[in-house]
Amino acid sequence: MDDLKLIARIAGQEVALSADAVESVVEIDAITPVPLAATHIAGLAALRSRVLTIVDTYAALDLGRSPRDGVIQAIVVTIDNHLYGLMVDEVVDVAAIIGDPQPLHVGLARGWAGAALGLVEHQDRALLLLDPARIVAGPLAAAA
Amino acid sequence: MEELLGEFIAETRETLEPLAGEIVAWESDPSDRARLDSIFRFVHTVKGSCGFLDLPRLEKLSHAAESALAEVRTGDRTPDRKLVNAVLAIIDRIGEYVEALAAGETYPEGGDDALILALEDNEIVAPEPTPAAVAQQQSAPRAPARSIRLPVELLDRMMAGVSDMVLARNELSRRLRERGGDAIVDTAFERLSACVAEMRESITRTRMQRIDGLFSALPRMVRDLSAELHKQVHLIIDGGDVELDREMIEMIRDPLTHIVRNSIDHGIEGAADRAATGKPAIGTLRVDARQSGNQILIEIADDGRGIDDEKLLAKALAAGLVTRERAPRMDRQERLELIFAAGLSTAQAVTAISGRGVGMDVVRANVERIGGTVEIDTNLGRGTRLTLRVPMTLTIIPALTFAVGAELFAIPRGAVDEIVRSYGGSVEVETVGSAPVARIRGERVPVVDLAKLLGVPSHVPAGRSILVVVRASSGERYALSVDSVQDHEELVVKPAAPAIMATGVYAGTTLPDNGRPMLLIDPAGVAQVAGVRAPDAAIPARAEAEEARVETVPTLLFRACDHAVRAIRLSLVERIEDVAASAIARVGGRLRLSHDGRILPLFGCDAAMPDKDGRVRVLLLGDGTTEIAHAIGEVIDIHALAPDFLPAVEPGPIAGVMLVGEIQVELVDCFWLFGQAGVAALPPGRPLCVLDGSDPWMRDILRPIVEQAGYRVGWNGEGDEAAAVAILSVDKAPAAPLPAASVIRLRATADETAASAGSIYRYDRHGLIAALAAAQGRR
Repeated sequence: MDDLKLIARIAGQEVALSADAVESVVEIDAITPVPLAATHIAGLAALRSRVLTIVDTYAALDLGRSPRDGVIQAIVVTIDNHLYGLMVDEVVDVAAIIGDPQPLHVGLARGWAGAALGLVEHQDRALLLLDPARIVAGPLAAAA
Repeated sequence: MEELLGEFIAETRETLEPLAGEIVAWESDPSDRARLDSIFRFVHTVKGSCGFLDLPRLEKLSHAAESALAEVRTGDRTPDRKLVNAVLAIIDRIGEYVEALAAGETYPEGGDDALILALEDNEIVAPEPTPAAVAQQQSAPRAPARSIRLPVELLDRMMAGVSDMVLARNELSRRLRERGGDAIVDTAFERLSACVAEMRESITRTRMQRIDGLFSALPRMVRDLSAELHKQVHLIIDGGDVELDREMIEMIRDPLTHIVRNSIDHGIEGAADRAATGKPAIGTLRVDARQSGNQILIEIADDGRGIDDEKLLAKALAAGLVTRERAPRMDRQERLELIFAAGLSTAQAVTAISGRGVGMDVVRANVERIGGTVEIDTNLGRGTRLTLRVPMTLTIIPALTFAVGAELFAIPRGAVDEIVRSYGGSVEVETVGSAPVARIRGERVPVVDLAKLLGVPSHVPAGRSILVVVRASSGERYALSVDSVQDHEELVVKPAAPAIMATGVYAGTTLPDNGRPMLLIDPAGVAQVAGVRAPDAAIPARAEAEEARVETVPTLLFRACDHAVRAIRLSLVERIEDVAASAIARVGGRLRLSHDGRILPLFGCDAAMPDKDGRVRVLLLGDGTTEIAHAIGEVIDIHALAPDFLPAVEPGPIAGVMLVGEIQVELVDCFWLFGQAGVAALPPGRPLCVLDGSDPWMRDILRPIVEQAGYRVGWNGEGDEAAAVAILSVDKAPAAPLPAASVIRLRATADETAASAGSIYRYDRHGLIAALAAAQGRR
């Protein structure tokens, strides 16, 4: 069991993502928009010779839109053989977090609830453990 | 078969090598379950392949070993030294046999039975390997391997590496250009470029495979299935040399198998049923692959009983997949698409082959997962055709790049017919209803404004755009209105994420040399989203312009409410819909239909005659301003028919009679119907335009245009009212002179000749309307 978690900040909240899902963390400067795509698809960006689909995590979590000023940090994940970049405010840390995620007992907003797998404890704080696949699926899928 | 045999040999050799170690380990510890399993898998695989490749001796050997090992696996037998020896002897024999196969030799007969006997759970002492086998072992010159197997990931990594290399080369190229010429460096760079290009090509080719490999399994499958179902099926395979990405081949293997099974099970009838319907006793199944732009089309067509969309709908209703409210609004295609709904099976009875309601939904899901589509087309009683369209991803396709707003997009070069300026002399864009249509050298092409479709702001003023005329693989031809055309480029196209493919307008993503990702537009998807229809139904003018000699008008044949067969010009039919009988009422002195919040006059019947579901099928007809409904029994077919017909004795709902095949068919006079509708009644103050009534083209096609331009239409020889304008054809002299203040002459060909100087091409709608307007002004 791999206990490494990537800790990042989304909309001011620190959240955890399982590190085995994460390929790398990149900085994105230009995003090619994709007209007609769902709101949480921010666009495309290049990762060397590969194309990343950039996911607006704010939109995916029903929190509005991710800020787009300056250099954008994105967490690169592979889901169903497609490469995605999840936009985050900042990647904070990578830490080993022991123990299974605890079930959620707090009433979460719909967006967060749709993407959360549970709570994990890190440095005496509770962090939401998010599932990248559910973030990529977007707010509609999470609500269904 | 050769290829399959080669693959079998390569695979067996490859598994045998590591297996040698496993066997030794198993020998020392016969209770080792993992080792036992891998040996079992080996003989099992060999047995499976042998059955297919028709290698009975190998099959017998491997079958015997498999049975013995299976007993061990279930615990019915404990592995002992004797059994291990016997299994080893068989595996050795398989290896020798395979080497003999590879060398193209015949393996000496005999000895197999002894080996099999040795497996038996008894006390007979296993004989030593026969001399023949020993001799073979020593003498067999092992043919050097001509091929190796590689994991696809490695190829992917190589491909990504080469793509990175190309980007680096482009960057270097830019830098070199900025620095200015150094002939020696340039020459070296050219060489590097050529090497990179060659390498990129060969690595792309390593991933390509002929679709043959996929098709070669079909004959056997069709043979077995048809034998099992007591049907006779003739399989025709075409296009096996089409190449596509090997991963793609794997992805479509299951969907293809399923469709073929379905066709034989449900589509093709038994010989007796076929004979009863006048078909040849042997059914035909045609599997055909071809390349179309950046897509591979695989068609599976049978001449079986077809799919009854009404039945499909009834099933879907019964299964609760479709609501009662939605059902009547579904058109035929939508009803057919129900076959892809989960949990719906059309088979009368569930059979062992298919018909369990799992299948077509999975087929579609699998194909869509790789960015492809499945289309269905069926003709009740005549057969069904399924078309799989899959992208040839990871291939390099020539593309045209263009700008819309701030963004660049690409489109496969193969889909582009021509590029014209919308403000050029030979092109005019007019608006028909709400839809822009471009007239390019006399041909009308619907225009899709890409900026509007994508919802991005255009950077050029209206009317200054570039038109890219494309022909989609699904047959639609339309002009894509873009801001500017950038370049021709070779692009590596990759499938986009599902959320992007869901928009329906993109074929994939690509990374051009500037390193900024770009979207590849899917011409067929854009046509669908924009609602552009295939040209045969949408723009009859085009077909006629090309073949001026054989003029035809698309005509819809239908069975009327009184069961007579009638015809109606398709250009006026906007939709065919099933409406609730309760929406029809006799109000204000005539039958009217309440539809989508409007009240339409209803023709074609004296009282609503609903079918068993309480529905009435109607044609919705429109001439651009007025809409009317016409009740019908059922749609029969669409024919391209000559415009000629024998006029009816007196004006009425029937314009005349025409011959379709051997049958006399009444042609509905839509203009009379529109006239009856009251809305289109022409005010008397309008100027008169005289046409040659003996010319069916004028009666049928020209009249609405003239009436739209604000004229009353009269026929030559009837009445002696002085006409404001007369229209006559250069090629066909009118039967009677046309007295008029001015004359417009039309010619049948697009090119102006000396004889037709000053005339207007008959499909030049714009020119004609301008001339009519000018004549009105002069009066």
